[in-house]
Amino acid sequence: MAILIDSETKVLVTGFTGRIGSFHAQDMIKHGTNVVGGVTPGKGGTKHLDLPVFNTVKGAVAETGADMVVSFVPPPFAADAIMEAADAGIKTCVCIADGIPAQDMIHVKRYMRRYKADRRMRLIGPNCAGIITPGQGFAGLMPPSIYMPGRVGIVGRSGTLGYEAASQMKAKGIGVSSSIGIGGDPINGSSFRDILELFENDPETDAVVMVGEIGGPQEAEAAEYIRDHMTKPVAAYIAGLSAPKGRRMGHAGAIVSAFGESAQEKVEILKDAGVTIVPTPSTFGETVAKMDA
Amino acid sequence: MDIHEYQAKDLLKRFGVQVPRGGIAYSPEQAVYRCSELSGERWVVKAQIHSGARGKAGGVRICSNEQEVADAAQWMLGRRLVTQQTGPQGKLVSRLYVEEATNIAQEIYLGFVMDRKLERVVVVASAQGGMEIEEISEQEPESIIRSVVDPAVGMQAFQAREIAFSLGLDPALIPQAVKTIMGCYRLMREMDANMVEINPMVVTQAGEIVALDAKLSFDDNALFRRPDISELRDKSQEDPRETYAEDRGLSYIGLDGQIGCIVNGAGLAMATLDMIKMAGGEPANFLDVGGGASPDRVLMSFKAVLNDPKVEAILVNIFAGINRCDWVAEGVIRAMEELDLKIPVVVRLSGTNVEEGQKILAESTVNVIATETLAEAAEEVVGAWKIASLKEAS
Repeated sequence: MAILIDSETKVLVTGFTGRIGSFHAQDMIKHGTNVVGGVTPGKGGTKHLDLPVFNTVKGAVAETGADMVVSFVPPPFAADAIMEAADAGIKTCVCIADGIPAQDMIHVKRYMRRYKADRRMRLIGPNCAGIITPGQGFAGLMPPSIYMPGRVGIVGRSGTLGYEAASQMKAKGIGVSSSIGIGGDPINGSSFRDILELFENDPETDAVVMVGEIGGPQEAEAAEYIRDHMTKPVAAYIAGLSAPKGRRMGHAGAIVSAFGESAQEKVEILKDAGVTIVPTPSTFGETVAKMDA
Repeated sequence: MDIHEYQAKDLLKRFGVQVPRGGIAYSPEQAVYRCSELSGERWVVKAQIHSGARGKAGGVRICSNEQEVADAAQWMLGRRLVTQQTGPQGKLVSRLYVEEATNIAQEIYLGFVMDRKLERVVVVASAQGGMEIEEISEQEPESIIRSVVDPAVGMQAFQAREIAFSLGLDPALIPQAVKTIMGCYRLMREMDANMVEINPMVVTQAGEIVALDAKLSFDDNALFRRPDISELRDKSQEDPRETYAEDRGLSYIGLDGQIGCIVNGAGLAMATLDMIKMAGGEPANFLDVGGGASPDRVLMSFKAVLNDPKVEAILVNIFAGINRCDWVAEGVIRAMEELDLKIPVVVRLSGTNVEEGQKILAESTVNVIATETLAEAAEEVVGAWKIASLKEAS
């Protein structure tokens, strides 16, 4: 597999029977994702989209052997749903919800540390578009047709900007091993660094495109990791060059509040770490084409 | 969401933090009456706006008789106060807070923030209060005390004690300092604040610890469960363009340029602004129309963008994953017809149902410039805007 998801991954959908959960679950199934069922408390024992519905994640794991959860649970209840997945022994949870209170995320992150590293769940998101391994499956909300299977990994905060990167690469005949959306929230499950490490260790990935933005310390942390540990080439774009200081640009996390958090500063830090800079959002394709992987 | 100082102090009081006595006033007469209620010899008249640095802008006055209070109130009320933080348009003063004056012996900085790296609440304190925290960290970095709160158990009294002793407070003041620090933390936790900043927290000459100024900011994502906080919202302090959009579920930020933007996704929206700038234009706004951009929502987005009279051209940039390009195209056409648009509109569609969307635009009679890539779109809109503004000038 590339990383995190392949055609064997058994995916469980929480918030399964809701309007949004149903819509995206259908799309995931249509494109070959191995969806094994869903969870909606109170609807256990019924069927939805021809798949079994369970009351609890634990119950679903016992019956289906699911190892991944993709959560469409709305923001007020999303933190609870993440912790339920972590406790049920799920390996990877992808949380889509946009608008989880920051304190809830602080508690989620603290809660996940209860489990030893070897059985600790990996959280992707929240406020993300999801993850995809083209041709194998995806968990989230992405248009699979824009991704060509290949050997370049994508990791980004923004969903649509990730689409932009993938489709420009496809136009140049460059395929994607996996694309991972880490989400636009200030406190998220997996950082750029975490995902870069997975790509570095993945034999099916040759190079990585990183799509960052203003706000927060994660791009700078990534730069340090790239400089010290990565052998594979990395290209990066940082959105928000024109963003005014102190304003939240849509994503709750996209706000420049400290040194090193503006787009210009991040670009400099990444450049110093040996990263190839994608100068504009319309040059993902040509920049990656020029990289020697 | 930000709130006013007087609202912040009212909340702090409920959590056991001592604040000066004071009252709200909407007129000079009421301000004078508040002084008589408070009694004493000196009062502070404070303009209530959502901004710091009010003192330097004339928004905080110490008065020692009723005439001075009336004059200060007269000057402030109805004025758009321009501070270092408000931008040139300033913020409207529609209410005042009149407080008893405090005799200060020592000024302390006390702040509670969410640290993104540690993913925890961090308490920041310094015995060098009165300055902004940025200045303190530049000029007196060694004076800054930090303490990290474990979210599993919350802040512990020993942590508050350590902070209080590190500040060099008189041992007799420690219990009150601990109560203040713990109260601020509880407020942050129980009211879903993003930030609690008491600057300065003062030791009075009478040996009491008082929050002299306070700034609280709340997590918008948690307002659904904090109705008492939601009620404190004061729309007169917000950019009306942003209020209009926010009330309709659009994510909008007003900027100073002439090119209006309608984009899906926050990252792509930021990138679109960058492209416009690189092409030689200035964006008028950030707007994320979000997922599920129905024709109605696209029309609504046009209205939100056009609330800004500076807008002279519009760029619509949609990369449809969960959206549908045909819906967006329908929305664009409806907006152009219903709003009778004369300014240039450039549309870039990509992703789901792109062929259908482009067909709808091509077959319509409205005058939109359709492009395929983001680079083309940015160049087209800046070019069209320049031509349009030349025509206007001639």
